[in-house]
Amino acid sequence: MLRSPKLRTNGLYLAAFMGAIIAMLGFSFAAPFTEPFTSAPVGQAIAIAIIAGAVTLANRACLEDIESGMLTRYKIDVVIVRVLRGFGFVFFTVIVVLPFYVMLMTSLKSQQSLFQNPLDLSVDLSQGSASLFNSYVELFTKFHFGRFLLISTIVSVCTVIITLAFSIPGAYAVARLRFPGQSVLSKSVLLIYLVPMIVLVIPLYSVFSQVGLRNSILGLLIVYPATTVPVALYMLQGYFRGLPVELEEAGLMDGLGRLGVIWKITLPLALPALASVSLYVFMIAWNEFLFAFMFLDDPNIFTLSRGVVSLNSSEVPRQHLMAGAVVATIPILVIFLWFERFLVQGLTSGSVKG
Amino acid sequence: MNTASTNTPPQSPAKSPVPGGKKRRIGPMERREARLAYSLLLPTFVIVLGIVLFPLIANFWISAKPVTLGDLRAPRIIASERLRGHLEKAGDEAKIEYRLRNSSQTADIKNVTLTDTLPAGLSLAKADSHCRVEDRKISCQLGDWKGGARERLSIGVKADQSYIDNPVRPRVSEPVLSGTADNILTNSEFTFDNFINVFNSREFWSVFWVTIAYTVFGTGGALVLGLFAAQLLNKKFAGRSILRGLFLFPYVAPVIAVAFTWLILLDPFSGTFNAMLQKMNIAQEGINFFGSRSVPVTFFGITFEFPLALATVIAFEAWRYFPLSFLFILARMQSISSDMYEAAEVDGATPLQQFWHISLPQLIGILSTLFLLRFIWTFNKFDDIFLLTGGAAGTRTLTVDVYEQGFALSNLGAGAAVAVVIFFMLLIFAVVYFRFVHREDS
Repeated sequence: MLRSPKLRTNGLYLAAFMGAIIAMLGFSFAAPFTEPFTSAPVGQAIAIAIIAGAVTLANRACLEDIESGMLTRYKIDVVIVRVLRGFGFVFFTVIVVLPFYVMLMTSLKSQQSLFQNPLDLSVDLSQGSASLFNSYVELFTKFHFGRFLLISTIVSVCTVIITLAFSIPGAYAVARLRFPGQSVLSKSVLLIYLVPMIVLVIPLYSVFSQVGLRNSILGLLIVYPATTVPVALYMLQGYFRGLPVELEEAGLMDGLGRLGVIWKITLPLALPALASVSLYVFMIAWNEFLFAFMFLDDPNIFTLSRGVVSLNSSEVPRQHLMAGAVVATIPILVIFLWFERFLVQGLTSGSVKG
Repeated sequence: MNTASTNTPPQSPAKSPVPGGKKRRIGPMERREARLAYSLLLPTFVIVLGIVLFPLIANFWISAKPVTLGDLRAPRIIASERLRGHLEKAGDEAKIEYRLRNSSQTADIKNVTLTDTLPAGLSLAKADSHCRVEDRKISCQLGDWKGGARERLSIGVKADQSYIDNPVRPRVSEPVLSGTADNILTNSEFTFDNFINVFNSREFWSVFWVTIAYTVFGTGGALVLGLFAAQLLNKKFAGRSILRGLFLFPYVAPVIAVAFTWLILLDPFSGTFNAMLQKMNIAQEGINFFGSRSVPVTFFGITFEFPLALATVIAFEAWRYFPLSFLFILARMQSISSDMYEAAEVDGATPLQQFWHISLPQLIGILSTLFLLRFIWTFNKFDDIFLLTGGAAGTRTLTVDVYEQGFALSNLGAGAAVAVVIFFMLLIFAVVYFRFVHREDS
């Protein structure tokens, strides 16, 4: 058994591969998938080969360069780290991908096939696009998801615009101008976003009900920016501080007013930060659930979040619910993948809100 | 704001050295700068004051009031109007009858008045004693009404020829009712019942401990997962940026989407996860992950009750928020210089020792900051548990309790009382945060 790593030939790995198959069959009494071989023999054979191959490759990757026999502590650690890394990659990929895959797959199935075999994770592509996308068609024709999509977009974009309009001047003032209370302000901004939304819900619900703002888009457009302006202000002032003062001073010398300086010098320089903040705020507004749920009763003005919640009833088949979830998820994921750099920037500087 | 900007002289310096003395006179230039700053901050002040600070204070007010959800709809008089009798020829008499009632069973309405217009072609025969008719305008003073009060008013009318030719229904002109009712939110009725109810209820302390467990384990789980994931992606390899993007998915996706997906994935009857467990002979029948308050678990012969639903909700929390801690820890790891690892390698430190003695001490700052901030945010979390279990099966946290008391049981005052409790706990956390972490950070 004292084989040095150099002597491990491909033949040895082939033997290990066969050994894995035999072990698997032996331990499970020749029924590794708790089913006799007569059902789907080809599929089972392929699955066994894949598992045994994965085991062999994993062993090979973990034990590369490691000699047999007594190991030093260093080598043992190396093996442990390799095993953990391998396990980690598989573990994280599965826990992240599986739910999203199940979401997509469920939305493309019919009610019977869902109940028949919950383990069947395949999507039957041969059934034709009409029945494949049946849930989506129904969502957009019967459940007004087109309208929800539009409203969510309008609400999110307006929230971004209002947030920027409020927070840019504020952030500039905190970053550049000197006034009594400046340092207190830049600290207390952080405090405000530790306030939980649920604490605000009852007073806002009461007041908005009496004023008649509750069941309206306008109500949301007042509440959403209020929750995002402090975050945006905090992020932007950090960025503004990092910009060179000299450029602004030159602008002031050349006869620009303060607002002119902000508009013509600071903002163009801060475009990346503005992109980060906008995307972050867009994400918050798009994903917002609590106020949309509490405020909106009228299906004509539902946002996507609220619309998906309304699908969660026993009368609506669950593939519709999942299709709704996919419709709500895809835009934000596409935006995320497209602008990943900016959004990651936003997430890190937007700190640990969520 | 515009005037402020044009007033600013172009040569006003952006920064000038601050004099060291505590008492310094504020020059006109600085005063102008401060005024500009305040005007730039004004919109932010207004919206934060109105939507965040005002509700925070209003919570205290509401928590001391016997308000229910129904009280939000102000009591009013509901009227229905109809014509009694037949008008077939000119000179026939009939009555316009108003049936009125107070919409609220409990609240009083004061100084009720009714105004309406007499339909064209009808003339007054006999008015009710409360009413006067002037110039075809009916106006009635109906005095103060108790909750649940009902009354009928009738006004005798006579038909003219023009009405017979061209009958108008009296409902064409809607009666307008007015009155002043006590607004429960603004009157001076106070009570301590909300707080007494909250603290006396048997559930409160269980809710409290569930909140603590959820917060501690949810935060811890997310941090550990994030640390693990950051370790994986610390070294460069092909496909690293793809994996990094992928690992952020749970956080970026809308909470409704992922919460419902977990519900379906873990469904006891048709969920994939349960089917897998049964196939692998781990479970005999579907496990109701989100519906079981506790299941007996036997471990080395010792049986104890395991709070399954709470654990599942915590797992969800850890899953959804590990990307954030991952992102921060990764950023911090990348900034650790590789010299230290090389030196340790030369000295023969094993990879695990390197992690334990080099990486962890370097990361402890960011880890503790993250823990405190995430702790506060997990404590504040409402959406996740609400969507997953609705607070059933021993997963009700304080935030879900606010909803439960305020909206499910429609006792707004009690909900606000729970919110006040949350507010004070947060105050403690915030003080701890600023004491220990913020100082260290800066």
